[in-house]
Amino acid sequence: MTDELEQRHAAIDWEYASAPESRTIVQFRDRYGLVIGGEEIDPASGEWFTTASPATEEPLAEVALAGAKDVDRAVAAARGAFDGWSRLRPAERSKYLFRIARILQERSRELAVAESLDGGKPIKESRDVDLPLAAAHFFYHAGWADKLEYAFPNRTPRPLGVAAQIIPWNFPLLMLAWKVAPALACGNTVVLKPAETTPLTALMFADVCRQAELPAGVVNIVTGDGETGHALVQHPDIDKLAFTGSTEVGKAIQRELAGRGVPHTLELGGKAANIVFDDAALDQAVEGIVNGIYFNQGHVCCAGSRLLVQESVADTVVAKLKRRLSTLRVGDPLDKNTDVGAINSKAQLDRIRELVASGEEEGAELYQAPCELPEHGYWFPPTVFTNVAQSYRIAQEEIFGPVLSVMTFRTPAEALEKANNTAYGLSAGVWTEKGSRILWMAERLRAGVVWANTFNRFDPASPFGGYKESGFGREGGRHGLEAYLRFDG
Amino acid sequence: MSRLPVRKTYKLFIGGAFPRSESGRTYAVDGTNVARASRKDARDAVRAARGAFGTWSGMTAYNRGQVLYRLAEMMETRSGDLAGVCSGHGEVERSIDRVVWYAGWADKLAQVLGASNPVAGPYFNFTVPEPTGVVAVIAPAEPPLEGMVSRLLPALVSGNTAVAVASSEHPLAGIELAEAVATSDMPAGAVNILTGDRDELAPVLAGHMDVNAIDVTGAGEHTGELERLAAGNVKRVVRGQADGQSLWDIEPLLEMKTVWHPIGV
Amino acid sequence: MDYASAVSQAPTVPRDAEPFSPRLGRVGSVDAVALEARAADLAKRSIKRESKLQALELVVRMTDLTTLEGADTPGKVAALCAKAMRPDPVDLSVPAVAAVCVYPTMIEPARARLGSSGVRVASVATGFPSGQYPLPIRVADARAAAELGADEIDMVVDRGAFLSGRYGEVYDQIVQVREAIGGAHLKVILETGELGTYDNVRRASLLAMAAGADFIKTSTGKISPAATLPVALCMLEAIRDVHLETGRMIGMKPAGGIRTSKQAIQHLCVVNETVGPGWLTPDLFRFGASSLLNDVLMQIRTQKTGVYESPDHFTID
Repeated sequence: MTDELEQRHAAIDWEYASAPESRTIVQFRDRYGLVIGGEEIDPASGEWFTTASPATEEPLAEVALAGAKDVDRAVAAARGAFDGWSRLRPAERSKYLFRIARILQERSRELAVAESLDGGKPIKESRDVDLPLAAAHFFYHAGWADKLEYAFPNRTPRPLGVAAQIIPWNFPLLMLAWKVAPALACGNTVVLKPAETTPLTALMFADVCRQAELPAGVVNIVTGDGETGHALVQHPDIDKLAFTGSTEVGKAIQRELAGRGVPHTLELGGKAANIVFDDAALDQAVEGIVNGIYFNQGHVCCAGSRLLVQESVADTVVAKLKRRLSTLRVGDPLDKNTDVGAINSKAQLDRIRELVASGEEEGAELYQAPCELPEHGYWFPPTVFTNVAQSYRIAQEEIFGPVLSVMTFRTPAEALEKANNTAYGLSAGVWTEKGSRILWMAERLRAGVVWANTFNRFDPASPFGGYKESGFGREGGRHGLEAYLRFDG
Repeated sequence: MSRLPVRKTYKLFIGGAFPRSESGRTYAVDGTNVARASRKDARDAVRAARGAFGTWSGMTAYNRGQVLYRLAEMMETRSGDLAGVCSGHGEVERSIDRVVWYAGWADKLAQVLGASNPVAGPYFNFTVPEPTGVVAVIAPAEPPLEGMVSRLLPALVSGNTAVAVASSEHPLAGIELAEAVATSDMPAGAVNILTGDRDELAPVLAGHMDVNAIDVTGAGEHTGELERLAAGNVKRVVRGQADGQSLWDIEPLLEMKTVWHPIGV
Repeated sequence: MDYASAVSQAPTVPRDAEPFSPRLGRVGSVDAVALEARAADLAKRSIKRESKLQALELVVRMTDLTTLEGADTPGKVAALCAKAMRPDPVDLSVPAVAAVCVYPTMIEPARARLGSSGVRVASVATGFPSGQYPLPIRVADARAAAELGADEIDMVVDRGAFLSGRYGEVYDQIVQVREAIGGAHLKVILETGELGTYDNVRRASLLAMAAGADFIKTSTGKISPAATLPVALCMLEAIRDVHLETGRMIGMKPAGGIRTSKQAIQHLCVVNETVGPGWLTPDLFRFGASSLLNDVLMQIRTQKTGVYESPDHFTID
């Protein structure tokens, strides 16, 4: 009896269940218009486009393609709403934002499923990271709305007016929260353009605003493509522009805004170094490395895409890393057991493939744990490159995918030099059990966010933003309010 | 045939429960019997507050902010009841908005009051605000709801727990508030509300060796005596407005902790 | 034993060894926040419904059904053994547990009742649970238990010595107990709830394995906290490291605090992803539990019948 059982149990399929989050919680409409002045309207351009699931390529809904005329209407609506909104008692603005935060919490499962469907990220992340943080951002900023005078000693803060906001596809609803919450808290009205491949949660957010009875025109959503964004940047009646996206587009926007006197903040790309010293808590460092580059499929501006490991522990760390890769599950974003979801679009997948090919060509050694990828959709397995030189494209350019480049160093000074040797400066990771070294490195790393013995930690209270070509301006915290205010005196 | 209403019994609020005074005493206010707390009730309340301090101060600031916001939600639902035991809807609305105002401070105190200090040496030096502990609040006689809220919230927002003595003249607002607290997700014992004779209870709290601070706003002519008693364990003594709100009402109930750490390879 | 003078005569670095590479394998630190986050993440895994029944049966086969009370009597132990051999009298397909775990005075009654059923007898020893007795007595306790017929000995480490830094003493004691129990199988209880930090849990794990443990075990079950998922993860990482460096496969036993099937299966997921499926056998993984068994039996019945169960239908022995 025992031997039989032994055999039967040895054969237990420890393959984790497909544990799908139920799709039925979210019902997409066939078609979504633009949300302007509190109403849903068809685009004057007459054009529509389809948004699809990158995991299955299945179309999810039709969405309006806003043209210049639509952008103009949206800005006018925001302008029209500004007077009333900015004149409200700040405590009242605060209560609108608290309402929005509460509604986001209540509808968080529905929004999380929508996010995973439209963008491809695992439900585990949208449910446990994106949604809670989005609600938290509104909660945090709600409290600032009527306390701004405490945030800036000796200055009188006032809203800027109409804030134009352009956000990326990697954390659609969360990026919306990062933009809209402080803008509203500071008394501005908003025209927001979500990314082309991920418009749905922004449109659902418009419904949240409706439920919160936010006055019409305070938040306007214009869906569309690069041209739509361009029209928004060019619009003469915006008082502020906030952009999160690639460095390349960021520079174009900065050029576009030159001479116009429109305050702007840019949150661009990165090529962060994750630095592991020989005295680090190694297993936890490996978790941090994995989280740093495979979380959200590596579609993270602050991803730890370069591992700088001290030579004396390099073999050990790389071996542990490779072992760990074999337990990462790539697959259906709606499966609760999935760790790594789909690549957001064909275009992004092509870019990742191109850069990975260049890595192999330049002489780096590629490792991928064997994994079965679904037939349809856009997928890339978690990848590690060893034997990488600082000058290789994979070490210099932002891949924005689940690809890690490993390099070694001998001393803290050398680690620092390599970490800073990039035009980017968004984030960095430091792994060591020695406190003084953490602080020494943090002091010298040219990066806006330094994570010590952790990675990819975000909080509405914690300012986020880059040095150098990773952009300027900070989001979150007391410091993040500045971007949405002007000061008399 | 008119219906006989079921009248509410007004008891104390200690440790998340509504016990009668251990002394069994009551006094009448506007035709209603209200519990008259004794020194032993005060002692029990302090014990409950101390017991809850670890939990309340151990929550993230964000969490505390959410709980306090929910207190506002619970008060809003009870607006009618609250209005009936204070000066009216105006006072209730000001009180609710005050709770919301303070709730929003929870996750910002460290940013505004804390600091990284540029000391002259290779050290990282930072100051963080922390709650002082158990705070006794002698609420103003008037306004009965707004006064209590205005003195209680500054203590709670940073993680302090509290024992409040409600207005002796208008005690019902304090217990209605307690009912809102009881349904707000606040940990049991974080807020304790005693009704009774202020002049009997205040000195007990002022002299209690396990109370860290006392707000004497409602103490009137007895303030001096309370301050003398407070010296017994070097309590922080604060006094403020019966209405109004300010960051500087929160600050005196905080301790500032400064930490040094060397910076070096 | 005069450890001080032995140490003072030792060379600073052994002549033919790699400097700074201790024979115990790389000790290192453990970051608590990250460890707990990783354990929490593993706890979210769900296994296939088709496999759930087998996983639950495996949990039964891995159970060391335990009674360690001052009030234990031969009668109580007999009832426990009956349950151990046939956990569910209504469903004979439910397998027997791995072992019963008792105090030394109860070894003989247990042996008598278990006969040749295949269920093993594990006995605690070495002054369980505190271990605060003179060493010769602790060693004699272990020897006696083995002689009384225990197949497995669950010993406690000397936490006093460990926490005051006398690691060599702790190591030596384990070696002595190992020698005293002859061929019996040795489980070393670290009492992780007293060790204070995960760094210490890792050190104690590596120490016990170096000294010859067949199994490392979290707790006596007499204090809280006992077995937690992060502690299990920490110990399994140490087991994995020793396996990679030496080839030895050492078992792990969480004990105390595991009351539900859900917790048990979470532990199996941690094992699967940390040391691999090779450890998913009673030879290398055990649950030290008492009330867990009934919860598992309820879940097994639910898997088979489709309805939620009531505790009334399962015996308390």
